[in-house]
Amino acid sequence: MKRFLGFVKKEFLHIFRDYRTLFILFGIPVAQILIFGYAVSTDIKNAGVAFLDLSKDEVTQKLTDKIISSGFFKKTETLLNYNDIDMVFKKGKTKAVIVFEEDFGKKLINQGKASLSIIADGSEPNTATLITNYTTAIVNDFTMDLAGPVSNNSLRINPEVKMRYNPALKSHFMFVPGVITLILILICALMTSVTITREKEFGTMEVLLVSPLRPIQIILGKVMPYFILSFINVLLILALSWLVFGLPVKGSLILLLAECMLYILMSLTLGILISTVSSNMQQAIFISLVGLMLPTILLSGFIFPIENMPKIYDYVSSILPPRYFIVIIKNIMIKGTGLMYIWKETLILIVMTLIFIGLSVRNFKIRLE
Amino acid sequence: MIKAIESSGIAKSFGPTKALDDITFSVNESEIFGFIGPDGAGKTTLFRIITTLLLPDKGNMKVLGMDATSDYKELRKNIGYMPGRFSLYQDLSVEENLNFYATVFGTTVKENYDLISDIYSHIEPFRKRLAGKLSGGMKQKLALSCALIHKPRLLVLDEPTTGVDAVSRSEFWDMLSKLHQHNITIIVSTPYMDEAIRCDRVALIQNGKILSVDTPQNIRAGFSRKLFTVKSVEKYKLIKTLRKNPEVLTAYPFGDSIHVTLINDASDNFLLGYLVSEGISDAVIQEAKAGIEDRFLELMEKGIKA
Amino acid sequence: MNKKVIYVKNLVKKFGSFVANDNLSFEVSAGEIFGFLGANGAGKTTTLRILSGLSKPTSGEVNVAGFDAYRQTEQIKKNIGYMCQKFSLYEDLTVKENIVLYGGIYGMSKSLIRERLIDLLAKIHFQEYENRMISDLPLGLRQKLAFSVAVLHEPKIVFLDEPTGGVDPITRRQFWETIYETASRGITVFVTTHYMDEAEYCDRISIMNNGKIVALDTPEKLKKQYNATTIEEVFIKIARP
Repeated sequence: MKRFLGFVKKEFLHIFRDYRTLFILFGIPVAQILIFGYAVSTDIKNAGVAFLDLSKDEVTQKLTDKIISSGFFKKTETLLNYNDIDMVFKKGKTKAVIVFEEDFGKKLINQGKASLSIIADGSEPNTATLITNYTTAIVNDFTMDLAGPVSNNSLRINPEVKMRYNPALKSHFMFVPGVITLILILICALMTSVTITREKEFGTMEVLLVSPLRPIQIILGKVMPYFILSFINVLLILALSWLVFGLPVKGSLILLLAECMLYILMSLTLGILISTVSSNMQQAIFISLVGLMLPTILLSGFIFPIENMPKIYDYVSSILPPRYFIVIIKNIMIKGTGLMYIWKETLILIVMTLIFIGLSVRNFKIRLE
Repeated sequence: MIKAIESSGIAKSFGPTKALDDITFSVNESEIFGFIGPDGAGKTTLFRIITTLLLPDKGNMKVLGMDATSDYKELRKNIGYMPGRFSLYQDLSVEENLNFYATVFGTTVKENYDLISDIYSHIEPFRKRLAGKLSGGMKQKLALSCALIHKPRLLVLDEPTTGVDAVSRSEFWDMLSKLHQHNITIIVSTPYMDEAIRCDRVALIQNGKILSVDTPQNIRAGFSRKLFTVKSVEKYKLIKTLRKNPEVLTAYPFGDSIHVTLINDASDNFLLGYLVSEGISDAVIQEAKAGIEDRFLELMEKGIKA
Repeated sequence: MNKKVIYVKNLVKKFGSFVANDNLSFEVSAGEIFGFLGANGAGKTTTLRILSGLSKPTSGEVNVAGFDAYRQTEQIKKNIGYMCQKFSLYEDLTVKENIVLYGGIYGMSKSLIRERLIDLLAKIHFQEYENRMISDLPLGLRQKLAFSVAVLHEPKIVFLDEPTGGVDPITRRQFWETIYETASRGITVFVTTHYMDEAEYCDRISIMNNGKIVALDTPEKLKKQYNATTIEEVFIKIARP
């Protein structure tokens, strides 16, 4: 046991002494969260909005003024008919078009309800969501004012939201689960494979092999520090996305952390497997980056929805662990579902972990050949 | 007497290249045994078989009375190994490296300090310095301390003096001689012939084969001919001229002179006259004692002719 | 033998307050084999860089192959060759491709390269290897070829770094013969090494310690002066007084 602890201590010294490792470990996750977070900044200012007023009455005029004077929006154009909508989007300055139906004011006063449509440019999903949310809020506020302090809900404006170009808005807050998925596999697999191959390259592995350390002690000693650090990383990312962007975990936090541990373990064993097949650091880095990071970004559903991929990519992605973890973490964090809905994915990850452990132990050599 | 190493008929190939071919030798307990041979001779492969890191294709390797293949676990506890590239963690300090190796071998620096004190005292003033920032000589001393920290019965040093300056090299050999009194068997490899003299016995190794095993004195005495050194300012002309003469068997540059052997050992009187007649008037001829390198060369040539 | 191809007088090279080369003065003649010795960190590399036009002196006079080390570094580079033990040739190119490549780098004409190629292949019996990959050649051959490539453009000076470390005794002899032959053609051979038995082959050697040249003479005279049988002993006596 003392031997093992001595080994773990040495690994920690390596990590803390190399600012590059530390940067990859903690700098990249923080940077990624902040970058992705900035891209979906909740702060919209002067977003371009065009109006298509088919009613042109006092009420629509008031509502238009209220929307523009809110400070969030800037009127770009006044449209005359539906055909202009596409054209105005293509110009690029307009992020949304607000359409008042015919006789909007009359309907609102006579029937107590009227509809307006918010058509947003879905190719920028985050902006689109924000714009529609803000507009809806302004419209609700407006109806309340109009109805007076004693609201009897007799007046209702139905804001009907339509998305152009990306109707389902797939990437809503997807970046946090995506970053966790990517960072964990990157750190765990890359770092462990690199630290093991580094010992091979510098000749220290020869001495370790000749020492009474058992292979399993070497493997665990390598894995342990990264397991702990990766777990801290998960907590850091979750805390950061909650504090800075207010993204809560809807489901069980304990379940989420347990699933993260499983995924970390899987990635670590994968890293060891990579190290057993590569003879130097360059190879290990290459396999980790090309073999893991790119497929994770491109094929796991992190950025591009799997449903939209050609069948062949679907099959390829089905052997990628991140694909399943993304489903798990999305379900827990965003939908708030429990183990009931994700047991299948969890089971697949467990099986994969066991396979990787088996292969690593079989491949880890007690000699140099 | 118990043998520290007994190797019989060891062979090892990597693909089509034969790295080792029928290697048979034995090393006595507590002797310094040197493997002398150029790069690519098979020294490292042999050392890896001795340290249980590689399995031989053929043959039997007994180390400290144990079989290097089947008893590898027990054997590994008793070997101190210093691979060709100093196996140090460059990002750990001197002290941290030493402590790490001590823990890995289940001991402490304190426990075996007497064994390494002679060596470690040279680098102790720098114990907080990172190993990567040490000079070649200091790295070598640290690596040796690390290999010794668990009091091994057999110390295996693969080219410990490569890339180290002359002063450190000579200090290093002094340290090895001192380790003698601790009853540690030492095997050491080197491409530098002049280091043979510091070993009790040496094996000359070339192309995966052992050419000769003996004490350095006997190896030098094994040189089969009279050896002459010939000096002149114009070395290139001297070599050419010597080789032209049918009485000259070999003429090789050796440091500041040319080493010459003759077909007929007895009659070297003609040589000076011949050189003068060829326009080399400053030649100085002396009889000399053959060195390890002379003998190595002779054995290599025999091998090529055979 | 009297033409000076390297002329160094009161050379000083400082890095900040650190004096790497402290007032060096020496001369090397055409066709001389000059050994430049010193422990790691003695300042050898610094001097070598200045002599090969890669770095400029802080003060002092340095002239290499007739060119000034302050202003004419490009001309210096054209007139020197360089070979080190570790890197020499591209392993994944053939013998011929390597030669053509180096010839091209030194701006030799195609016909001249072909002429030298045939010459060289004939001289060191490389004909059969012309189209072989360097990685397929035995170590000894590689080293000889590397040297031939380093002098392909007939430089005035060739710098060698530990040229025969770790090679077998026969190859070593052959290599030194090639060096002697090259020197007899008037090319200066400048050898740096920390293996003292390599130094014994040189015509003259200098030993550096702490940025200063502390000994400079023929191996024989140095051995006599320090009452030693080998240069290694001389070196140890100088470095550990």
